[in-house]
Amino acid sequence: MLAEKNILPILWGGVLVFSALVMTLGSDLKWLFEFPESLHVPIAGFLDWIMLGFVDLFKWLFRFISRVLEWPMRGVQGFLEWLPWLTFASLATFIAWQGGGRRTGILTLVLLLYIVIVGYWYEGINTLSLVIICIPLAVLLGFTLGVWGHKSPKANAVIQTTLDFMQTIPAFAYLIPILLLFGFGPVVGLIASVIFATPPMVRNTILGLNRVPPEVRESGTMSGCTPRQRFWWVEVPTAFPQMLIGVNQTTMCALGMVIIAAIIGGFEDIGWEVLGRLRKAQFGQSILAGMVIVCLAIILDRITLSYAKRQLPTESHTGLRIKQFIVGFIGISIISYILAMFIEPLRIWPKSLEFYPADTMNALVFNIIANFGDVLETSKNQMQYFVLLPVKLGFTRSIFPITWGFALTPTIIGIYWFIIFLGAAIALYFRHWKIAIAIPFIAGILYFGITGVSWVVYLVVLPLFAFSLGGTRVTLFVTGSLIFLMVSGIWVPALVSIYLCSVAVAICIILGGLMGIWASTSERISAIIRPINDTLQTLPQFVLLIPAVMFFRVGDFTALLAIVAYAIVPMIRYTEQGLRTVSPTAIEAGITSGCTPAQIFWQIKLKLALPQILVGINQTTLFGLNMLVIAALVGTTGLGQQIYLALSKVDAGGGIVAGLGMALIAMSADRMMRAYISRTSK
Amino acid sequence: MPSANSVKLSCESLWKVYGNNPEQYFTDEIGSFNVEEKFQNLTENGSIIACGDVKFDIPTGSIFIIMGLSGSGKSTVLRCLSRLVEPSFGKVELDGLDLLNQSPKDMIEIRRHKMGMVFQNFGLLPHLNVLENVAFPLKAQGISKNERLARANEMIDLVGLEGRENSYPHQLSGGQQQRVGIARSLAAEPEVWFLDEPFSALDPLIRTQMQDEFLRLQRQLNKTIVFVTHDFHEALRLADTICIMKDGQVVQIGTPSEIVLAPADDYVKKFTSEVPLWKIIEAQSIMEPPDGKEVDRPSVKPDTLLEEVMRLFDGKTEEVQIVNESGECHGVLTPVSIIRALYRDEKKVG
Ligand SMILES: Nc1ncnc2c1ncn2[C@@H]1O[C@H](COP(=O)(O)OP(=O)(O)O)[C@@H](O)[C@H]1O
Ligand SMILES: [Mg+2]
Repeated sequence: MLAEKNILPILWGGVLVFSALVMTLGSDLKWLFEFPESLHVPIAGFLDWIMLGFVDLFKWLFRFISRVLEWPMRGVQGFLEWLPWLTFASLATFIAWQGGGRRTGILTLVLLLYIVIVGYWYEGINTLSLVIICIPLAVLLGFTLGVWGHKSPKANAVIQTTLDFMQTIPAFAYLIPILLLFGFGPVVGLIASVIFATPPMVRNTILGLNRVPPEVRESGTMSGCTPRQRFWWVEVPTAFPQMLIGVNQTTMCALGMVIIAAIIGGFEDIGWEVLGRLRKAQFGQSILAGMVIVCLAIILDRITLSYAKRQLPTESHTGLRIKQFIVGFIGISIISYILAMFIEPLRIWPKSLEFYPADTMNALVFNIIANFGDVLETSKNQMQYFVLLPVKLGFTRSIFPITWGFALTPTIIGIYWFIIFLGAAIALYFRHWKIAIAIPFIAGILYFGITGVSWVVYLVVLPLFAFSLGGTRVTLFVTGSLIFLMVSGIWVPALVSIYLCSVAVAICIILGGLMGIWASTSERISAIIRPINDTLQTLPQFVLLIPAVMFFRVGDFTALLAIVAYAIVPMIRYTEQGLRTVSPTAIEAGITSGCTPAQIFWQIKLKLALPQILVGINQTTLFGLNMLVIAALVGTTGLGQQIYLALSKVDAGGGIVAGLGMALIAMSADRMMRAYISRTSK
Repeated sequence: MPSANSVKLSCESLWKVYGNNPEQYFTDEIGSFNVEEKFQNLTENGSIIACGDVKFDIPTGSIFIIMGLSGSGKSTVLRCLSRLVEPSFGKVELDGLDLLNQSPKDMIEIRRHKMGMVFQNFGLLPHLNVLENVAFPLKAQGISKNERLARANEMIDLVGLEGRENSYPHQLSGGQQQRVGIARSLAAEPEVWFLDEPFSALDPLIRTQMQDEFLRLQRQLNKTIVFVTHDFHEALRLADTICIMKDGQVVQIGTPSEIVLAPADDYVKKFTSEVPLWKIIEAQSIMEPPDGKEVDRPSVKPDTLLEEVMRLFDGKTEEVQIVNESGECHGVLTPVSIIRALYRDEKKVG
């Protein structure tokens, strides 16, 4: 213990001096700043080679699967297109009502009517039919794997690691090998969705089965069940509520992926519509279409969730009995079908009755931009000049008289470093060695920029950082990941991704933290924020891009906004939850021992809530990295763009390497955070 | 007394060991190894001995209570008897049938027809209502729906839950849930009834009430019962025989008054120290030999509790005689002998 206490400051001091030397004395050595090509390992090429070999061998099999799947898919699609919208809408409403009562029913009806009236029924149904076919496949697959994982510890170990990877590898990266194996076409979207949507079902199945109380299982055995009876009559029903949560998550994942898969096109669905309109800068249209995605997301979420909630002891709405439900279902089908046969608009909503105010909305957007363009532009520029560029390129390459009002003269540089070292010295004087080390490092990053620091420095600093947080295993993982990113030739885009994500996460921590604190003190604020958070989290990430692009065009800032909008949610949630669950006794103890309100907040509440808040930060980081890839659609550089480019070239090796790189960054961040969390909560 | 009846369920040399590969230590025959040595070997090897060298016989129709602190291996022994837990070693016999040699299929048949079990936290199926829960063991046997619901209804009446047939477990109080558990365990009319701390999760008042109900049911049904509890008072109230366990081993087996009067060691003594002895000790167990005097004094039956005997000592009475059914005098009790017994005079006890 003593040895470790002494060795860490010395190591950090050494690394600090080393980094300073590299950055100053080595500034002329090109190889220090560009990872030497001679050290590259052709991982991408190798993966490509394997992949192509695999494809050559097994293409026939996968193409066969693709064919087999195409039939039911076309069938369902054709059927739903043929079905009068009235029939579909009334049946969906009936199902929603059965699950969640009047409110869910009405909500479903209203949202479906929006889709009808706006004239996106065809596209909406196309998307929905993919989701509808995807759900049973993913649920069945997930259930089977989950049961297997529950029964066999060995299988469980393999399944858990695979799921970890699947959740951190960006969805786009999946698409490439799937494209290669299954060929272009809508089936690819289906298969990608099934793969992407299965993990939550697996997890929840395992969770549910593992959580069946041992006494319940034993009571099955003692009731004289055979193992099979016990499984189907005791274990599965007891785990069923948890599995329904899995169905809900699976459904949402499926929708998200179906929409993302639209970028490979070939299918007239709503994702394609949004993307196409967005690319043509037709914002009114893309908002109207985007709203359709929002409607579908809310409908699917509420219906699946209502069936999951119905299993809870507290739920009062039980709906009809199965037999009555079936009768009602058939009755509604027949009546609505007959109605639709006689009244044409109830079958196919006529163009003339469509309400499609895209032009008005475009005019409105132009108006806003015309009126507030200056404000928008200024805020964007300020953010660019004073935050994004310094973090990315460093003060040396971002401070210019036109933007900052002064040039970076040697005097100013001198003053800058003088203040920094003064700060570090003061911290050292008060024996806060961690702060004393952190100040020059942060100052250095701002000075040189994340992309301007030598890879050698990263290679010593990050492993030491991981070691200080976690221990040997985390350190090895982080080091391995760094080496992978460097030798596979994606180091520069990786740094760009890290830069954008760091800024987004920092903003999320500050803004989300403040909002969480606010929400924890006021029921009203909490009640306002919660549904917004819920909605942000159920929406396919893709939709968040629309408003960002609308007002700020493409670029880093736009991506930043979209990432923050998505990744801020866990930060707010966990902060609020952490603060709210601080035990009242601890606070009372503080009050009675004479703490001021400020002391109570900082030293008791925040301290006790810290583990939760850290979990929130961890989630926010993962969400941010996840969204980063989606944001590549609106033109960020970095790993996301690499994946996207690889996708358009169907370059399997490149795509997998970039996707793996992204996953390794996410997993490294996650492991470091978790190591730290487990240490602080002890 | 039940001890005169035949043995229904018995076990011998019963071991359950958790740890790495404990089977290697049990290759020899029953009775051929030294128990203490085995304990030592297993402990050194880092295994957990949940129960070791347990042996007892349970007569038909009696209430056998396993008592001990938590972690002492009570549940493990109980579960070994029904093979919910597979014993590492030993012998379990039901009606002379060696249970550990039964195939899984036969075991299912035995559980279906001969065994019922009640759990501490009820173990009810959350998705079934009261009626379906009670009928569940019959469903597993493949009995037709009408018949099993009719039988379940009878059971529900038996435990006094009429009117709650359509409620779900979460809508019931703890006491009601345990009534469902009891009804379910009796639905298939088992011969052996296992109860693992059935009343421990209930409030004290409800607990006493349920104990009364339990005794009422047993008078009516006359099952062979293995009942686990950590509550010594409960054991005293309900037991014909108490088996006290400590760290996986049986410390003492005996009737309540045997245990109270002659605790085998300090561990058992600790339980008995807070017990109101006059409510447990019977006159016959501490009486002195008959003195042959022909004086006028109150008579009591041999199994009268001291509590009642003590009431007879008014100003004039100095002795009470114990008389059996045919009027013979078995012995006498004086205030001194009672005080000695209550203060545990070691000489008198035993
Ligand atoms: N599945 C198991 N694995 C390891 N140890 C166990 C297991 N089940 C029980 N034990 C151990 O066996 C001992 C006896 O447990 P148990 O029979 O449940 O005690 P009781 O019912 O008297 O509280 C305890 O020390 C417990 O930790
Ligand atoms: Mg127990």
